[in-house]
Amino acid sequence: MSRISAFFAFWYDFIVGDDWRVAVGVIAALAITYGLSTTAIPAWWVLPAAVVIVLPLSLWRVTRRAGTNRRAAARSTRTH
Amino acid sequence: MMSAGALFLAVFLACVVEAVEALTIVLAAGTSRDWRSAITGVVSGVVVLAVIVAVVGPALTLIPLDALRLVVGGLLLIFGVQWLRKAIMRAAGLKALHDEDAIFATELAAAQAAPAGRRGMVADWYSFTLSFKGVVLEGLEVAFIALTFGANQQNIPLAAVAALAAVLVVTLAGIAVRAPLARVPENSMKFVVGIMLTSFGVFWGAEGAGAVWPAGDAALLVLVPAVALFALVLVASLRRIAAQPLATTTSSTRPEGAPS
Repeated sequence: MSRISAFFAFWYDFIVGDDWRVAVGVIAALAITYGLSTTAIPAWWVLPAAVVIVLPLSLWRVTRRAGTNRRAAARSTRTH
Repeated sequence: MMSAGALFLAVFLACVVEAVEALTIVLAAGTSRDWRSAITGVVSGVVVLAVIVAVVGPALTLIPLDALRLVVGGLLLIFGVQWLRKAIMRAAGLKALHDEDAIFATELAAAQAAPAGRRGMVADWYSFTLSFKGVVLEGLEVAFIALTFGANQQNIPLAAVAALAAVLVVTLAGIAVRAPLARVPENSMKFVVGIMLTSFGVFWGAEGAGAVWPAGDAALLVLVPAVALFALVLVASLRRIAAQPLATTTSSTRPEGAPS
């Protein structure tokens, strides 16, 4: 890996982390908040609602992947 | 008052967690190879972090507060949700608890196996780079948290005091114990930091995007407990999943890499 790509990979990992969907969800929620703030509708509830949606989704994705790995490991143990 | 206390607590806890991790790496480099090179690596890492803070800190204070809160709130929220997700998984038994003794043993074995080599004034390059990277990489996240919390609260000095106090406490404890600080309740502290980052990220991000909180700053008094309660509900739900027969055999599963 070149130094430049390693540099960008470091900052991607540092800022976005291991689940890019969280970053996308947060940015979308900020955009909706901004949009609502230009109207008469209250906008403060959008980010808390985003956390209520994004955090369980991110957990579900990781636990599902972990469950798949465990099932594969269990099958592998049984066959050997 | 609540914000100043929360600012100090969040920065102090985040800094303790990262300092404990950096200490483990430095201890492995020093005890297995060469203390002088390891300490040179620490000093060099601290200098790099100080330069970053000295450059970025004043620059942050020049950014208009709403723009700062929008960007920093968003970043803190992304950080916070990911910290919280890992903390929830650890608390639920779906991810290995952060174990400084185990990490120390791994780092020690790797350090002992690595070849020796001198470069310039550094007697052992491996010890130097291991300590340097440990300090810079663990410190960068803390520097970000301290600077952004401090800039948003318009109280960078308090954030700096919290960060320095944490480093001092961990350093003194490390010198006294001369072993990884395995008894520090690191996983619980990470849980609290995740709650704080998420709550402040929500609060500042919404303000930066133009929203007005009912009751102003006092909304944090509701946000922090609400995020904590939500996280505890998720832990309870996931514990039920972890208690299922297949999961009980693999409580040390690490589903993915964890940047602290």
